Amino acid sequence: MTELRALIEALLFVAESPLSIDKLCEVTEGSRSEVREVVDGLMEVYQRESRGVELVEVAGGYQFRTPAALAPWLRRLQRERPQRMSRAALETLAIIAYRQPITRAEVEYLRGVDSGGVMKTLLERNLLRLLGKKDVPGKPLLYGTSRYFLEFFGLRELSDLPTLKEFAALDPELAEALPRDPEENGS
Amino acid sequence: MALQIQLQNFTGPLDLLLHLIKSHEMDICDIRIFEITEQYLTVIEQMKQLDLDIAGEFLMMAATLIHIKSRMLLPLPDDGTDEEEDDPRAELVRRLLEYQRYKEAGQLFDTLLRLDRDVFVPCLPVPVADGDETGQEAQITASLFQLAQAFYEIVRNQEKVEPFHEVVRESVSVADTMKRIRSQFVNAARLNFCDLVESGGRIRMVVSFLAILELIKMKILTVDQVAPFGDIWLKRLVTAEELTGLVLAGELGDYD
Repeated sequence: MTELRALIEALLFVAESPLSIDKLCEVTEGSRSEVREVVDGLMEVYQRESRGVELVEVAGGYQFRTPAALAPWLRRLQRERPQRMSRAALETLAIIAYRQPITRAEVEYLRGVDSGGVMKTLLERNLLRLLGKKDVPGKPLLYGTSRYFLEFFGLRELSDLPTLKEFAALDPELAEALPRDPEENGS
Repeated sequence: MALQIQLQNFTGPLDLLLHLIKSHEMDICDIRIFEITEQYLTVIEQMKQLDLDIAGEFLMMAATLIHIKSRMLLPLPDDGTDEEEDDPRAELVRRLLEYQRYKEAGQLFDTLLRLDRDVFVPCLPVPVADGDETGQEAQITASLFQLAQAFYEIVRNQEKVEPFHEVVRESVSVADTMKRIRSQFVNAARLNFCDLVESGGRIRMVVSFLAILELIKMKILTVDQVAPFGDIWLKRLVTAEELTGLVLAGELGDYD
């Protein structure tokens, strides 16, 4: 167990993106229950000791991240300032996250404004991905959020997003628009 | 009342409208359309005076408001239909409510702990990919968007150097190009995307792009990108023997 724990800790330390339990089982050849137990144990240790890194569940996997409280100091080390996200970008991202799969025209109707530029930037920043084409005349592209989107906002999965109901329970019909997982539709 | 508004701060006409409704303490579901139209037009007028480029969408919303206002002046047809459906404001109210929801969601997104702003992960140097046959090197799988973008770059560079000449129609088939690419992969497990796309005219490039996509669809090749904005590599998923044994022509009648 101690060996497995060291191995898993090392793997999580060097991985460049979150590692899923499946991936950890595959590499360590350990059983799911063993691996899960070790991961839970590690999470608890780092949490309890208030270390400079913590093990976080994100984007369907686990990753070592620094606690948010240390951000002001860590930012001093950054060579580039973090890219800002405009209100337009956040708004567009929110629409796509909750309404995916969605076409550009649908986004533009909801925002009331041309969104081509914003969507292109979001695609380039890898926050969006193309999910296919809608079966309507013109075959417009369908957009959805990427796996990196989850990493970027520290979400475990799409359903981690608050339901729209939680911040505006005005229109019962619209409030039911839950974030849909595009994977379920077999994209 | 003088309107002091930071015009640039509005992401669109719905955003501006919401602001006006809030600042006049109106209920979204019961907008005083005469007042709001007047306010909206005042803002547009201010934009003009400040010589700001008014986006078409703002003018379109002005037209919508005036249209609603004019319909409000007309008497409602008394044919017993649902009063709510007859309300000329209904569509606008629905859009405003929905827009408000996403605007709030966007504000909420801004409070989430964000990578490289609030939380950090180790940034390791990306290992250099050197024809590693074990396939163990760290890889970022390139998305379809990145592949299409890379292709667009090639086409654009091509257009710059393309000489002026008379166009001779030549026939290039996807099936033939797939065979060519297949033969290139017999001796190599992976090849650079840019090298695979045939130069010499747009048609040839498009056809080789189609052939690559087709081979990816058939799960014979896969796309990899080692570093963001790095070269895109195509990797063979089958063994060299399997590749030579593959019958491409049969399934590809439609491409000739």
